[in-house]
Amino acid sequence: MPAKKKTNAPPAGSATLAADPANDFRLGETYAPAPEATDHARVAPAYGLFIAGAFVPPASGKRFATVNPATEETLSEVAKAGPADVDKAVAAARKAFGPWNRLKTTERGKYLFRIARLVQERAREFAVIESMDGGKPIRESRDFDVPQAAAHFFYHAGWADKLEYAFPGRKADPVGVAGQIIPWNFPLLMAAWKIAPALACGNTVVLKPAESTPLTALKLAELIADAGLPPGVVNIVTGAGDTGAALVNHPGIDKIAFTGSTEVGKQIQRAVAATGKRHTLELGGKAAHIIFEDASLDQAVEGIVNGIFFNQGHVCCAGSRLLVQEGVADLVVAKLRRRMETLVLGNPLDKNTDIGAINSRAQLERIEALVQAGVEEGACIHQSGQKLPEKGYWFRPTIFTETAQSHRITREEIFGPVLSVMTFRTPDEAIEKANNTPYGLSGGVWTDKGAKIFGVTGALRAGVLWANTFNKFDPTSPFGGYKESGLGREGGLHGLAAYVNLTHN
Amino acid sequence: MAETSTPTLIHSPTIDAVGLAERVARFKARSIKTASKVSALRLALSMIDLTTLEGKDTPGKVRQLCRKAVCPDPADSSLPHVAAVCVYPSLVRVAKDALKGTKVRVASVATSFPSGQAVLGARLEEIRYAVAEGADEIDMVISRGKFLCGDFAAVYDEIAACKEACGEAHLKVILETGELHTYDNVRRASDLAMEAGADFIKTSTGKVSPAATPEVTLVMLQAIQDFHVRTGRMVGMKPAGGIRDAKTAVTFLVMVRETLGPAWLTPEWFRFGASTLTNDILMQLAKQRTGHYQSPHDFTND
Amino acid sequence: MSTRISVLKTYKLYIGGQFPRTESGRATALSGRKGQHIANLCRASRKDLRNAVVAARKAQPNWASKSAYLRGQILYRAAEMLEGRAGQFADELRLQGDSASSARKEVDAAVDLLVHYAGWTDKYTQVFGSINPVASPHFNFSVPEPTGVIGVLPPQAPGLLGLVAAVAPLVAGGNTCVALASPTHPLSAVTFAEVLNDSDLPGGVVNILTGLREEILPPMATYKDIDGIAAYGTTAAEQALIGENAALNVKRVAFHPADALAGDPYRIMEFQEIKTTWHPVAVG
Repeated sequence: MPAKKKTNAPPAGSATLAADPANDFRLGETYAPAPEATDHARVAPAYGLFIAGAFVPPASGKRFATVNPATEETLSEVAKAGPADVDKAVAAARKAFGPWNRLKTTERGKYLFRIARLVQERAREFAVIESMDGGKPIRESRDFDVPQAAAHFFYHAGWADKLEYAFPGRKADPVGVAGQIIPWNFPLLMAAWKIAPALACGNTVVLKPAESTPLTALKLAELIADAGLPPGVVNIVTGAGDTGAALVNHPGIDKIAFTGSTEVGKQIQRAVAATGKRHTLELGGKAAHIIFEDASLDQAVEGIVNGIFFNQGHVCCAGSRLLVQEGVADLVVAKLRRRMETLVLGNPLDKNTDIGAINSRAQLERIEALVQAGVEEGACIHQSGQKLPEKGYWFRPTIFTETAQSHRITREEIFGPVLSVMTFRTPDEAIEKANNTPYGLSGGVWTDKGAKIFGVTGALRAGVLWANTFNKFDPTSPFGGYKESGLGREGGLHGLAAYVNLTHN
Repeated sequence: MAETSTPTLIHSPTIDAVGLAERVARFKARSIKTASKVSALRLALSMIDLTTLEGKDTPGKVRQLCRKAVCPDPADSSLPHVAAVCVYPSLVRVAKDALKGTKVRVASVATSFPSGQAVLGARLEEIRYAVAEGADEIDMVISRGKFLCGDFAAVYDEIAACKEACGEAHLKVILETGELHTYDNVRRASDLAMEAGADFIKTSTGKVSPAATPEVTLVMLQAIQDFHVRTGRMVGMKPAGGIRDAKTAVTFLVMVRETLGPAWLTPEWFRFGASTLTNDILMQLAKQRTGHYQSPHDFTND
Repeated sequence: MSTRISVLKTYKLYIGGQFPRTESGRATALSGRKGQHIANLCRASRKDLRNAVVAARKAQPNWASKSAYLRGQILYRAAEMLEGRAGQFADELRLQGDSASSARKEVDAAVDLLVHYAGWTDKYTQVFGSINPVASPHFNFSVPEPTGVIGVLPPQAPGLLGLVAAVAPLVAGGNTCVALASPTHPLSAVTFAEVLNDSDLPGGVVNILTGLREEILPPMATYKDIDGIAAYGTTAAEQALIGENAALNVKRVAFHPADALAGDPYRIMEFQEIKTTWHPVAVG
C-alpha cells in the first residue's frame, strides 16, 4: 500500500487515503469493485429443449441468442420451439401424467424436496447466471430469487401428501397437463412458483420461460434431471410469443398458468374461452403506496425504495404510485431523493450493486418513452446522479413529482425504476386515488395507527397489501390480483386451488 | 413539574423495528474491499475513543493506553493516531500530561457515570472538575429513570445544565440505549439531547448490554440527519460498547456514509467508543498490507 | 250478484330496491300451457341492465361492509318471508307449468337453501381464510373478500330454486348482482324480488331483470363494470360469448349445469378475491 497523502485531512488527525482516490471510502464516488466470482457458473454455448427428460434440438433447428443486458454479450444460443416441439412436449407431459399422478403422494413430495435441496446446493451458480442473463443485482438473485425458489419447492413438497386437508369437504384431483408461461423479471423464481404447486398436486407441466431470460430455467431442467424426476413430468420449451401461443392453443393442455402483461393475459383469456381449459393469470399492476403523516418515515422511505427500485422496478407489484399526505410530502421527497443518490448502480455481479441493468433493449425503450411522456405532460422529473456504464441497458432511479391521476405515468405500468408521486389530504382521498385504476395487484400503507392500518388495507382493492412494509414474499403467502391484475392465486394454501379439480368426497 | 425551558414536546417520529433491522441488514451486506476497505479501516482507527473505565484503572494503565493512542501499531508509522483517550475524571490529568504535544484529545466520562444517580449539583461539579483537569470532551449520561417516567423536561434541563458546565469542552450525551429498550425511546432521547445542546450523541456507557447495536446507531444517525435538516446544526455520533471487530466498524462507517454523508466521516463528527476494536483494525490493515492473515500476538495490548 | 273480478299483479323489474317498468316500454306475454294469457313481463333493455349495474355498484361497498352476522340475519329473514309466502310461490310455479307437488317441494328447497347460506355468512371466512407462517418477522393473513358486481344467468328451470341457488351464495359473500330471470319461469323471480325487498336487504344488492337472454347477455358479457358472471345451464355459444368478452376486463366467470343447485361454500368462494396482508411484528 502506498504511503498516505495529506489531502483533505480531517481535523483531529486522520488518514483516509487509499490507492485509488475514486475508491477512497470517504470521498470516492462509490465503493471499490466487489465482484462475485463467476468461474463456477457453467453456461453451455447452446441449449436444446428439455422434453421427456432430455435436451433435444428443436425440429426447425432454429435458435436465438440470449444476451447479458449489462454487457450486450451473447451468453448462449437457445432453441426456438415451434408447434411441433410444443406438440412433442405436451405429448411427453401427457404420457408422464398417469404414472406421476398414480405415484404415492409421499414419493411425489420427496422428489420436490429433492429439487429444493439441489437448488440450495447450487444456489450461488443459479444466482450468478440469473444476474448475468437478466441484469438483476447479485445481492437480489443471491438473497432473494434463488432462496425463495428453493423455499417454494420445499413448501409445496410438503403439500403433496396432504391435499385432503387443503380443501374441506372435497377430494382434490390433478387437472392434468399444465402449460405455464413465465416472465423475465424473476426467471427462476417464477419457474418455481409454477412448477412446484403443479407437481405437488399431481400435474405434469410444459413450461415456457421468457425469451430474454431462459438460462436458469434450462439450468433447472438439468437439476431436475439430476433429481431423477420421471421423464416428461417437467418439460421446458424456449421461445418467444409464438411458442407461448402454441402452448396456449394446444388441445392437449388442460390448464394454462400465465404471468406477464395484462395485454397478453387478456389474449389468453380470450383464447381459452370456449375450450374449457382452466386458467390462472398473474398480470400487471400499478400499486398505490400510501404514506400517512404519522408513519415511521425513515422506514417508509426505505419501503418506497424497495417498492420501486427492487429489481430495477421490473416487478408487477411495484409500488409505482406514491401517495403522500401533504404535511410530510416535502420531507418524504427530500429523504427519498437523498436515498436515491446512495443507490449503487452498475455491474449486476458486483455485491454492492443496488440497481442492475434493464432487462432488455426493448424494455429500456419502453421506459424511456413513458418517462418522456411524463416530462411532456408536465410532471416534474428528478433523477439520481449515478454514472451509467457505457455498454448495456441502464436507467437511473427516477421520480416524478407534481403528478396527477390523469398522467400516463400514473396510469400505465412502466415496469422500470420510475415512481410517480402524488399528494393527498385525507385518508378517504388516498383510498379513492389508490383504487382509481383498473389494476388491483398490490398496495402499501404506512401509518403508526393500528385502526387505520386495518381500515385502509381493508378498503384497498388489491390482492396483496403491505402495511408498514413493502415487497415481501413467501411461499406460504398467496399472491395474485383483483380486477385486471389477474385471476387466481399463487403460493400458500390458496394457490393450490389452481392445480386441482375438486369433487365431492 | 419544575419550571422548564423545554420546548413542550419534541415530536419524534416512531420507528418500525422490523424495517429498521432490514435496513441494517442491507448495510451489513455491503462488501467493502481493497482500496475502500483500507481507507475505511484507517478512518475507523482515527475515530476511536480509546477507552478505559474500570474501578482498577491506575495512572500507569492510562499512560500505557495513551502511548497506544498516539502510535497504535509500531510496525506501521503511516497509521493515524486515534481520536481521543477516554477515562474517569480522576485520571484526566494523567492522560492530559501523557498526550502533551499530540493531537489526541482527552475525553472524560462524568455525571456519576454510569448510572447518573447522583444529585444534579454533584454531577455538574464533576463536569467542572474534569474540564478544569484538562478534559477536551465530556461524556455525560442522561437520567434514564426520569426519561422512562416521562419527565422529558427534567432530562432536557439537566442536559442543558451540563452543556453549560462544560464551557468550551464538547459535550457527548450518552443515552444508554440498552436501558431505553425501544427504538421510539432512542429516537426521542436523541431529539431531546440535540435540542438541549449536545455536540455528540452517544449510545452507551459500555456497562449495559446491548450497547451500540447497528440498529440503535442507525436510529440516532437518522435523528441527526433530521435535526441537521431542521436546524442546520451538525451533531456528532458516537456508538460505544460492543464494537469489537473491524468488519462491524466498517458497517458503521457504511451507515454514516449512506445516511449522513461524507461530511460526518471525520473524527470531528464520528467516534467509536471502543478498546479491543483497535487491534482488530490493525490486524486487518496488516493483512491488507502484507497479504497474510495475522496473529493477535503481534499487536500490543495496552 | 256479480262475481268479484280479481286484481291481477303487474310484474315489473327490480332495480336498486325499486320496482320500475322497463324504460323501453316493451313487454313479453307469458302464456300458460294451454295458451292462456298469464301475465305481461317487462322485456328489459340494455339501458335497464345499465341502471341495474349502476345500482348494484352503488350498493356493493355498503353491503360488503355489513357485518357477516347481519348479512346472515337478512338472508334468514328472506327465508322467513319466502316460507310465509310459500303458497303464492307454489301457485306461480304451477302457473308456469309445474305440478303442485313439485312446486311445493321447490319452494321448500329454496327456503332451506336460503337458510343454508344464511348460516355460511359468518363461517366461510374462517374456513377459507388463513394465517400464513411466513419466514420473516411479519404477521400475514389471507381473507376472502367479495369480487364486486356479478352478472347472473340462473337456469331456465327451476324458476325459483334456480334463482335462489345462483344469487344466495353471491349475496352471502358480500357481492351484489344483476340477475336475468329465467325467460320461461319469470313470475317467481319477480315475486322473489318482493321477498328480498321485505327482508331488509338494502336496495341494489340484488337486481332482477326479466327479458330475453339473447338481448341482455351480450351487453352483460361486455359490460366493464361487471366483475364476474355466474351462468347456469348455458349453451356452448353462450359460454364462448361470455368467456371471450370476459377478457375485456378480466371478469371472473363460473359456468354450472342447470341442476347444480345444492348449497355449497365453494359457490361462495367462486366470487371471492383472496386478500393477503402483511405487517411487521415487533415489541419495540
